[in-house]
Amino acid sequence: MREAVLVAVMAVGTILLRFLPFIIFRKETPPYITYLGKVLPPAIIGMLVIYCLKDVKLTVRPYGIPELIAAVCVIGLQVFRRNSLLSILGGTIIYMVLVQAVF
Amino acid sequence: MQHSIVKQAFIKTVPVMAGYVVLGAGFGILLRNAGYGVLWAFAMSLFIYAGSMQYVGVSLITGGASIFTTALTTVMVNARHLFYSISMVDRYKDAGKYKPYMIFGLTDETYSLLCDGKTPEGADPAYYRFLVSIFNQSYWVTGSVLGSLLGTVLPFSTEGIEFSMTALFIASFTGQWMSTGDHIPALTGLLSTLVCLVLFGPDRFLIPAMLLITLVLTLLRSRREEA
Repeated sequence: MREAVLVAVMAVGTILLRFLPFIIFRKETPPYITYLGKVLPPAIIGMLVIYCLKDVKLTVRPYGIPELIAAVCVIGLQVFRRNSLLSILGGTIIYMVLVQAVF
Repeated sequence: MQHSIVKQAFIKTVPVMAGYVVLGAGFGILLRNAGYGVLWAFAMSLFIYAGSMQYVGVSLITGGASIFTTALTTVMVNARHLFYSISMVDRYKDAGKYKPYMIFGLTDETYSLLCDGKTPEGADPAYYRFLVSIFNQSYWVTGSVLGSLLGTVLPFSTEGIEFSMTALFIASFTGQWMSTGDHIPALTGLLSTLVCLVLFGPDRFLIPAMLLITLVLTLLRSRREEA
């Protein structure tokens, strides 16, 4: 029972956070929010890249080298082939080989 | 036509599939080991649908957290969703009947697939975004249920597969970078977060980073809009 209440709290809390901006700005969108809607997406993606790599330890073996190599592969594939699926699959497979077999 | 929208939405979500099934399975296994079976995994992935929150949720449940602690933790862990929603206020404005679910389903990964604003030509943008959102949740729920049911019996090592999420964000960052000559917002996000990671450490840098990004972009606004 207590667990069910906690799950409900987590669900309602998450839903509220997701809906709040839509409720506040449901009529006219203030120009400031329109501006944020334009500039935030690239900034947030940049933030998420760092967020995913936050636990990489640069001072301990393997010094973040697998992440670096795989990231360069993703960027390279994306620049030269412009196919997200290929970039993501390629980078992930290279990373898995690196952490399982090389480092 | 409708059929091809479904197909295009599906293809768009394939990169998320592997990551969600694996991370969802990880959550299902963790929850099972904590003593909560498949119905709990299914319900949490259906109703909470926030990856890192659900992982934290397992320790809240097993650790005997209070309602207050749980609510506060939810706000801290998921504050970034405010951010996603703010930047989608305009884009989701006319989504009609699809809108509530689209807002509910706005996870990190769904956001990164949809934040460039591109939708297939001739498709109803709201319907397309709705489909992308629902495909992603279906992977997450499937993964959690499979993890809970099958546990750790996998025929091959999946070590490192979690990198698919990192790869998704790096690919979307690169794609976005190539699509514009204006790199100030992207660099603001990258550098502000890096500075906060160094200053605050890996466990509490996210909220300072969001505040710093908003502050920097706000300060740049008058300059950028004059230009």
